Amino acid sequence: MAQHTALNDRAADSADKPDAAVVRDALGVGVAVGLSGFAFGVTSAGSGLGLLQTCALSLLVFTGASQFALVGALAAGGNPFTAAAGAFFLGVRNAFYGLRLSQLLALPRALRPLAAQWVIDETTAVTLAQPTRRAARIGFTVTGLSLYVLWNLTTLLGALGARAIGDTRAWGLDAAGPAVFLALLAPMLKTATERAVAGVAVVLGLGLLPVLPVGVPVLVAAAAAPLALFAEGRRSSRSGVAGGSHGPGGSHGPGGSHGPGGSGGRGGSTGPARVDQVDATHDMEGNR
Amino acid sequence: MNTWIAIGLTVLGCYAVKFAGLLVPAHTVERPYVRRLAALLPVALLAALTAQQTFADGHTLVLDARAAGLGAAAVALVLRAPFLVVVGAAVVVTAGVRAIGG
Repeated sequence: MAQHTALNDRAADSADKPDAAVVRDALGVGVAVGLSGFAFGVTSAGSGLGLLQTCALSLLVFTGASQFALVGALAAGGNPFTAAAGAFFLGVRNAFYGLRLSQLLALPRALRPLAAQWVIDETTAVTLAQPTRRAARIGFTVTGLSLYVLWNLTTLLGALGARAIGDTRAWGLDAAGPAVFLALLAPMLKTATERAVAGVAVVLGLGLLPVLPVGVPVLVAAAAAPLALFAEGRRSSRSGVAGGSHGPGGSHGPGGSHGPGGSGGRGGSTGPARVDQVDATHDMEGNR
Repeated sequence: MNTWIAIGLTVLGCYAVKFAGLLVPAHTVERPYVRRLAALLPVALLAALTAQQTFADGHTLVLDARAAGLGAAAVALVLRAPFLVVVGAAVVVTAGVRAIGG
């Protein structure tokens, strides 16, 4: 597989990345992003969820964007099914991370059910950036463990803190949710296609808000993604772009460069590590 | 109760897709179209969610302090500020605008 070729190439470049360096990289991501669980705890408690509900989400869902989306939809009065559907669709990208990670990590079957819970933006970004399988495994484990522990601790502290301060709106904490989404979104807006998708989604999301039940406009807005791919496909077939199996448009670079490992890893992160990890992930993509 | 139903569904759904990724052989789903769609879906969802949570009040569109907060977050992002600074800027500006009666 191309994946393995890239892995070997990089292994040749830097075969001796010391374990300590991998651990340091992984902890940097885990700690920085783990701390942002505080924002989730506050937002969730401010949205009216109980302490147990808030902590259950961080312990059992453990994928930031979906958690924020769920509590936001519930706070707006959405029904549980549309709220969960929005959170679910945001979580689908993790399946594509898993595809890539299972090749890199080659996990024993018995470990997979446990490892699955840690398959998220940050662990993927760190793991993809490692030169060898050993380093990939260490990176995945240390990032996953440190992030899981901290994310859950700070969720608890945030939820307790929100209770202590009372009216979270007066403190501007209702702006934390959309700011988190914007921070996740911004690095994804690399090409015209992504910006068009975002623009159409905003128009659909806001335009349908007055007429559809709460939570439904977001799901309809998701249709902007297949619409953009359809439009892109038509455009490239009309202009007869040479690019063949790599799909639409020469302007989008070599095939696969927009796969979930790249743009998702870049964009979906829940923390400051995103910016640093972007380049590592991107290089990996470029090498392929 | 509704909240617990939503939490339960989200827990099951999100875990299922994570686990599926580790189990399914890569070639079965890793077609260019599917990969592109998986990369674009979060773009659409996050854009719609950002807009709604900034400008929605129930079924009405409003322009209030949150818009100023989001603007501050956008500026922080352009300046490549760390994640927590971006969120902090939105919170502080929103609270500030509310405090002065926005």
